[in-house]
Amino acid sequence: MSLLSVRDLRVEFKTPDGVVKAVAGVSFDLNPGETVAIVGESGSGKSVSNLAYMGLLPASKTTISGEVLLETDSGVVNLIGMDNDNLRKIRGKDIAMIFQDPMSALHPYYTIGDQLIEAHQVHNNVDKSVSRDRAVELLALVGVANPAERMASYPHQFSGGMRQRVMIAMALMNNPKVLIADEPTTALDVTVQAQILKLLSDLQARFGMAVILITHDLGVVAGAADRVNVMYGGRLVESTGVNEIYENPMMPYTVGLLDSIPRMDQGHGKRLRAIPGQPPSLIKLGEGCAFAARCERKKELPEGTCDTSPELKEVKPGHLVRCHLYAAKGASK
Amino acid sequence: MNGISAYIARRLGITLLILLAVSFAVYVIFSLLPYDPAALTCGKNCNDPGIIEANRIRLGYDKPFWEQYWLFLSGLFVGRSFGTGAAAIFCPAPSFGYSFQQHACVTNLLGDALPVTIYLAVGALILWLIVGVGLGIIAARFRGKIWDTLSTAFVLVGTSLPTFLTGLMLIIFLVIKLDGSPFPSDGYTAPEEDFGQFLLSMILPWVTLAFAFAAIYTRFVRSQILEISTEDYIRTAKAKGLSDGRILGKHTLRAALAPIVTMAGLDFAGLLGGAILTEAVFNLPGMGRLSLKAVVDIDLPVIVATTILAAAIVVVMNMILDIAYAFIDPRVRV
Repeated sequence: MSLLSVRDLRVEFKTPDGVVKAVAGVSFDLNPGETVAIVGESGSGKSVSNLAYMGLLPASKTTISGEVLLETDSGVVNLIGMDNDNLRKIRGKDIAMIFQDPMSALHPYYTIGDQLIEAHQVHNNVDKSVSRDRAVELLALVGVANPAERMASYPHQFSGGMRQRVMIAMALMNNPKVLIADEPTTALDVTVQAQILKLLSDLQARFGMAVILITHDLGVVAGAADRVNVMYGGRLVESTGVNEIYENPMMPYTVGLLDSIPRMDQGHGKRLRAIPGQPPSLIKLGEGCAFAARCERKKELPEGTCDTSPELKEVKPGHLVRCHLYAAKGASK
Repeated sequence: MNGISAYIARRLGITLLILLAVSFAVYVIFSLLPYDPAALTCGKNCNDPGIIEANRIRLGYDKPFWEQYWLFLSGLFVGRSFGTGAAAIFCPAPSFGYSFQQHACVTNLLGDALPVTIYLAVGALILWLIVGVGLGIIAARFRGKIWDTLSTAFVLVGTSLPTFLTGLMLIIFLVIKLDGSPFPSDGYTAPEEDFGQFLLSMILPWVTLAFAFAAIYTRFVRSQILEISTEDYIRTAKAKGLSDGRILGKHTLRAALAPIVTMAGLDFAGLLGGAILTEAVFNLPGMGRLSLKAVVDIDLPVIVATTILAAAIVVVMNMILDIAYAFIDPRVRV
């Protein structure tokens, strides 16, 4: 079985305007050492699905159902429905996270040494000096110069890229099996982005952890991921290997995403194609295909086909698509 | 540390300039009042121009404005004598002038009143910080639960009841109607005289004053904690696997410290200028009562002194808070 197995995960928020179905039945697997990218635009549920089973959403307003099975040292556990105290022991130890904005993700009033040591101390009953050594070691590993001295620095004394390195060091303090990277490079300069992604894949190779890379940037995905899950309207709409997604995208939404990226190999003067329309409201989402309103290939199908939601189907070995265009015909091009 | 010393030195300089400006502004305002300070010295039905003129010269009100202000300022540093010869009255530095109505150097009046107000303010501050911060934490921790509702009720009552009403109710029920009440019905005992009696005479004023502030602080601390709880670094702390108690105790409260200290400092400084209502209700001879009496009697030197002193306390407290920030927030230090 896989390291992390997400089965029919559903997340709903109660809001004054109605129930928001942020995640409407997502399933995927993560194998040891693998990187799975979750791609989608804002509000597609890509972050929420992962924050949910980590217990990082406000419990009073959130309803979570489904199964998230994690292989731990003491057997397979289901993270959904686990009480907070047990889940807490998994957070930061088996599954660690790094976040989008390294500027605000570190506590401004504590030194980074303090924050790193704390991350180790909470899961390990060891002397503080052990945690300190571990922190210095990891700071060196993520490329912070003079790590022993920088332990006494405050977050504001680091640049954005350096802070993200510190965040990564903090996430790795307990040698996690899974690292969830939630838009880890979005807030950074392009050159720094590349460095951070390189660092992540180096560390992954070194520690053998699996990575869930949440991003809206297909450019980031290309170099970093093994598998790509595309999300739309709270659901997976396409899931396949990283090469296949660029060579043979099937779901019209994925095609639209790829068309909206500037490319070096296309001639000058060609305008970028944007996907028309807006992402759907997750409150009023009906029975039909969530993407139908924006889909340019809808007219190829008989009238009314898109009024029902398509299933996620394996149309090619290892290539899953949720689209009526492929439902009947199987793989087609 | 060098950075901090330079910062403090700069801040001190600015504070001195502000104090000078404040004293000047207060002096200008009071010299513009439509009262003749010399005429006021000789009582309501005084029509003897001889006495008025004599007092005018004696108190220096015959001199031009600039010279009067200069005499006032220099009096603060070297003392000042009023009148000449055997009848002269000398008020040693720091001299805030001479109150003809009370026949005393203003500094002595302030010296008697200020400690009372300090005792009142310090005791109330400690009390309301304990209650307000404590209830605020509990309300935030159990948001939406019964404890939160109860603390909201406390906030509502505390902010609605004026201090004079709270004070009078306490006096009626705990002093007058309570047989064998340990609390004195009237007046104030200095701590050096009888410390036990001092505590008894201060408990009700402390409670009265702290009640109103504790309510405001409960609401403030609760909202601060809830706001900080949505910060990214709190989510990071959660993602690390820290317990809720540790996140609240270490990460959230640490971030709430700066706004709470600011608010407490400013409220405390405001109170040192005189808690007029509480002092009046409990008949405490503090700054508030001194100011009130001076305003009623149009005792100009005392009004000028209490106003400048109250302003100076606020200005100095602002400086202290700015310096405290440098210790609380590492980002200010640089």
